[in-house]
Amino acid sequence: MSVELDVFVGNTTIMDEEVYQLWLDGYTVDDAVAVRMEGGALQVFEASMEVLHSDTMDQFRTFQMCERLLYYPSKLTNQLLFQIPPQKQAMLIERYYEFDSTFAREVLGKKLSKGTKKDLDDISTKTGITLKSCRRQFDNFKRVFKVVEELKGPLVENVQHHFLLSDALARDYAAIVFFANSRFETGKRKLQYLSFQDFAFCAGQLISNWTVGAVDNMMEDMDVDLEKDFLHNLKELKILINDKDMLDQHRNLVCAQLRGKITVFGEMEANFKNLSRALVNIAAKLTHTKDVRDLFIDLVEKFVEPCRSDRWAIGDVRLFLTHYTSTAHSLDSFRYQQIWERYMGVIKSCILKMYHD
Amino acid sequence: MPGKLKAKIVAGRHLPVMDRASDLTDAFVEVKFGNTTFKTDVFPKSLNPQWNSEWFKFEVDDEDLQDEPLQITVLDHDTYSANDAIGKVYIDIDPLLSSEAATVISGWFPIYDTIHGIRGEINVLVKVDLFNDLNRFRQSSCGVRFFCTTSIPLCYRAVVVHGFVEELVVNEDPEYQWIDRIRTPRASNEARQRLISLMSGELQRKIGLKVLEMGGNAVVGYLQCFDLEGESGLVVRAIGTACTLEKLSGGGATNNAQHTANSSPSKDMKESPKACMSGCRSSHSSPVHGAASRLAQSFSVSYPTLLFSGMGSGGSAGKEAGPLKILLRQQTQTALEQREFPFFTLTSFPQGFLLHVAGVVSARSVKLLDRIHNPALGSTRSYKLLDWSSCSADEPETRDAWWEELRQEIKSHARALGCHAVVGYSESTSICEEVCILSASGTAAVLNCRFLQDGCLDVLSEHRCDDSAPPGCGFCHVPYDELNMPFPAQLSPCCCCHRTKVPDVLFTTIDLPTDAQVTGKGCLIQARLCRLKKKSQGEGNATCISNLLPFLEYELHTQLLNKLKLCGMNALFGLCIQISVGENMLVGLASATGVYLSALPSPGGIQIAGKTPNDLTYDQHVSSIQRKINDTIVKNRELYEIHITEVAEDVIGSPIPEPRQRSRLFRSHSESSDELSELDLSHGKKDAFVLEIDDTDAVEDLHSLLTDAPTPPGFYSCNTEIMPGIYNWTSAIQMFTSVRVFRLNNANLTNLGLNKIFNELCENLLKSLYFKLRSMVPCCLCRLNFTVAVPEDELIQVAVTAVAMSFHKDQTQEANKAAQAHSQMKAIAETEEQLQFPLELNAESASPLSPKGSGPQDGSNSHGRAPSVDYSSFADRCSSWIEQLRLRAHTIRRGSIKTSSSPLPEGRSRSLRSTRSFPGSSVSVVKMTPLSFIPGAKIVKYLGIINMFFIRETTSLREEGGVSGFLHAFIAEVFAMVRAHVAALGGNAVVSYSMKECVFMENPNKNQAQCLINVSGDAVIFTRESDQEGHLPQTSHPQPTEDTPP
Repeated sequence: MSVELDVFVGNTTIMDEEVYQLWLDGYTVDDAVAVRMEGGALQVFEASMEVLHSDTMDQFRTFQMCERLLYYPSKLTNQLLFQIPPQKQAMLIERYYEFDSTFAREVLGKKLSKGTKKDLDDISTKTGITLKSCRRQFDNFKRVFKVVEELKGPLVENVQHHFLLSDALARDYAAIVFFANSRFETGKRKLQYLSFQDFAFCAGQLISNWTVGAVDNMMEDMDVDLEKDFLHNLKELKILINDKDMLDQHRNLVCAQLRGKITVFGEMEANFKNLSRALVNIAAKLTHTKDVRDLFIDLVEKFVEPCRSDRWAIGDVRLFLTHYTSTAHSLDSFRYQQIWERYMGVIKSCILKMYHD
Repeated sequence: MPGKLKAKIVAGRHLPVMDRASDLTDAFVEVKFGNTTFKTDVFPKSLNPQWNSEWFKFEVDDEDLQDEPLQITVLDHDTYSANDAIGKVYIDIDPLLSSEAATVISGWFPIYDTIHGIRGEINVLVKVDLFNDLNRFRQSSCGVRFFCTTSIPLCYRAVVVHGFVEELVVNEDPEYQWIDRIRTPRASNEARQRLISLMSGELQRKIGLKVLEMGGNAVVGYLQCFDLEGESGLVVRAIGTACTLEKLSGGGATNNAQHTANSSPSKDMKESPKACMSGCRSSHSSPVHGAASRLAQSFSVSYPTLLFSGMGSGGSAGKEAGPLKILLRQQTQTALEQREFPFFTLTSFPQGFLLHVAGVVSARSVKLLDRIHNPALGSTRSYKLLDWSSCSADEPETRDAWWEELRQEIKSHARALGCHAVVGYSESTSICEEVCILSASGTAAVLNCRFLQDGCLDVLSEHRCDDSAPPGCGFCHVPYDELNMPFPAQLSPCCCCHRTKVPDVLFTTIDLPTDAQVTGKGCLIQARLCRLKKKSQGEGNATCISNLLPFLEYELHTQLLNKLKLCGMNALFGLCIQISVGENMLVGLASATGVYLSALPSPGGIQIAGKTPNDLTYDQHVSSIQRKINDTIVKNRELYEIHITEVAEDVIGSPIPEPRQRSRLFRSHSESSDELSELDLSHGKKDAFVLEIDDTDAVEDLHSLLTDAPTPPGFYSCNTEIMPGIYNWTSAIQMFTSVRVFRLNNANLTNLGLNKIFNELCENLLKSLYFKLRSMVPCCLCRLNFTVAVPEDELIQVAVTAVAMSFHKDQTQEANKAAQAHSQMKAIAETEEQLQFPLELNAESASPLSPKGSGPQDGSNSHGRAPSVDYSSFADRCSSWIEQLRLRAHTIRRGSIKTSSSPLPEGRSRSLRSTRSFPGSSVSVVKMTPLSFIPGAKIVKYLGIINMFFIRETTSLREEGGVSGFLHAFIAEVFAMVRAHVAALGGNAVVSYSMKECVFMENPNKNQAQCLINVSGDAVIFTRESDQEGHLPQTSHPQPTEDTPP
């Protein structure tokens, strides 16, 4: 004796947020039932396990049917199959596109291709996120990437417009797309301490300051790529380290500003030339795609680590970078103020974000 | 050529990828009506094509307009091979044929394929130009309105209720034609869908003709069913109630229903029923009655015989109109008796229509199916349906004769109960292989004849002061007199008026009358029963079934009665008994809503007795069960808030029932094809409420009595339209369909075991529903409609459609208020437009300013929070009427409001707009409900009937998520298509929705499944009452029970 068929269809589609989350997390029906039982669902109306199982099955089926609509959320809003109130639709979409930052951290900067998809098994074991959930998140990344890759205009807005996501989530996706497009190196051991949110912040800085869209509001070009001219011009900054006088002058100006204000003044003074060379060299190398990829590892190796080994406090770093940037304006023969500002603004906020344990 | 149909294909979206190479589709559209086909251009390489075609024009007969659907096929163009079909849309254009319904069909329709389901959407525009046809021999019946709603539709008034109309069309089932062996499943399914669509159209047209001949303009309570008889064919049959409806407009229309709300003139009561009392007992067993009924047969039943005789039927229709009209002119008291079948498919009635209700009458018969002999061969019309030929005209009217027989039976039962009419009438079938059980049931009643005739208006006003019976209990009074009772029954004086006799228990198939006085709340009561049956063939099988039927019915009845007692109630409404036949079992399911009618005596308890009274341990066992039962009764009374003043009980006597207290109002009749037998459901001399537990049946009864789990807190359930005792619904409604199929793997089950399984199946299903809908608490599941089927050996299928409606908790307690205002939402809605008293009109024109100034605003303030304001306030009523007028004017010229006296014009226009398009979504919301109303809303227009039939088949069952996945998707698709059609008609809701058929067949071994679903309902436009807040104070409608305007 067995229930052969069991369906429930409402004119307004019934969707329980809790069950939806279980589905998104890749639980099997039986596991989900177990979780719900622990969560006390049985107490409601003395529901039996059968009732709970039937309800879970039903909702999982509904979600599965909705899934293909969620691939392109605008489809969900004008489809006729399920009558879902708008606020519920928004919830479905948002939750479907939400991701675990630990997972996102793993695939950040990787090529969103089949090869990476094979690594999902490993990521799943490493992060403890179910493979099913990993697949969904990975496919979401890939889908969003594919859609906005070729689009013109602001990246965040594009994501938001095509996937109907909240502002915050759209920004995160923009970061993922940006990283995947430029293939920034994030997997090195030295970068392991950085979280997804750290990188997402950096990506946001790069997107809003270093891309074509950042200066040109005409939306002529894409937000995904860094502005070539800008990167090319960064070479000119080399004068700051190549011109010995200028380097000394720069150091003196910074030291004058910082004297007594930071605890690591001595170390700073001693290291100034190295740090300045590191920052300017990073800038000068950005014309090569490969070096662009190494931006973060370079920042960590050449700047963050030396400072950390000298026990700079974050406040010290902030003061140093602020004055390091501003004093360059006082250098007489330095003509690249604008590029310098644009470069250092991003570098400063990235370093500050990355400067933690 | 009286009609021009115009269609325009605008665009498509979300089309499937048909060309794997490019991931795109080269789509074009074929538009077909009758034998004419138009094509759009190919829109290359797009999944969202914009055809924006010209207007395709079809010049057609209105007859065709009624029968044929517009068929739209979306195809993928292929240069080298045949074009691939993407899917189809069938559009029923009937709603465009009535001036009062929809004027244009425009919107996105899901493109449906019977193998793949919904594949994208198409935007279509359809219009009809209709020319007037004055040909009196015409075959079309354009303009006759159809309503599934089993009450007078909310914005109409019944001028005359003409009575029963029925029709039946037969054809061969394409699925069983020889050609089916060589064509694809898709082609076969599409042939079937198209055929049924055609047959429904034809059926509707023919019923429409009958209505026109009767002088009516609408069919209310239209119930159309399919009998898939397999090899022997396909029957589409329909019944309904012909009416002359009048749209309630603001003009000087007087409403007489109001005046006679309480009039139940004793004259009628005495004269008409008595006329047929004598002798009716003796005649009931004879299938054919006296000369009168035979005469009647000649003009109505002969129709079906003419069904397929092509043009001939037109001529004869004209001839037959004569006697019928003469008949209608006879405004005698016995008008009903002269009617062939004084049946009404309505379940709720205008005030004063229903005088007395006697009880349920039902009849069943078991028939052996054989090939339907189709005499249609060669006639032009039917040739379109039949493109094959293999029929010999032998006995064309077999199916009609069967139903005819059954209806006669019902009629005689009603007469035996002293009633001249049957209300809440319905017919159904259950087919297994070649055996078919036909069932008909209804409620015997005495009606107020004046509603049934032309010119009733004058008569009504004369009889206005005839009021004798109190409003809340009149319908309970027995129509037969005590000395001449048709069967042994226990009568007692009415507990309300103490003037007339009432029965101890009342069973009915109708909805609870709005003015009925009810104590406490009601609840769903179900009797469930399975009986094993030997597998056999042909006549042996039929005999076997007809032998089992009486027992099944008897036991269902006993169970119902016991459960009713256990709930502490004394009446059942909406009783529906289904008996389904399978190869090796019979399944019976009786559902009804139990209530405590204040007029009826308090139900006694249930006494348990053992057969061996001397055994001590046994006695203990008995007394423990007795205690349990008594406790349950007390608990249930508490739960359903049945607080009875004990005075009533004293009058009747001891709480332990006297012998023969059992209701005998339920009469049933079973017959096999050649043998007639009368079943007396009374227990003879045995006391029905003494359950002897030695008896296995009694043990079973006890078991089912005590295992029914109570509804969880916050939930109520009923199978009627509304729940007595709940009045303040919120606008939150959730219609749903749930289907379960249960496999009995155990081959050697006993009756007892089988019963238990079936019982659990139903109980678990209910439990699941409660759990699913827990977020709506407090809520009531209304119109819980269970359908049982035995699709295969060892399979039981139960399908439930119902609506969950939330209500405000706090106000449900107000029992007193409830008693006064026993006009539920429905009654309010129903009567709100019917209140155009001439007096009011005068008052309004005389002093239009006073109510305008204060009334609406006051109403708006008080209405939002407290639904019960002073009903009798004349000013309010007046203003409500004015506001209705204003609103109507407003809806006509929407957007440009210039009513200077309207306090908040902007607010209203905003909210009106907001109902049309849901903010933030491009898809408009369409509500669906099996009820005839929408809580908190006002139905402003009926757009036409929705009657759709779909087939879905798959050959990749596993890939589609197994049987559950397959059916889940299909039901969701059906809902989507219904919603799309309603939205395209300009509507925002379907009322009186029902799923009439859900036939599911599977073959897991072949990875195949097929399902057929038939749904129907009325497409409507509603406006939220909150939209009208401040403009149309809903609660200021006078109470229906108020008999005289001030």
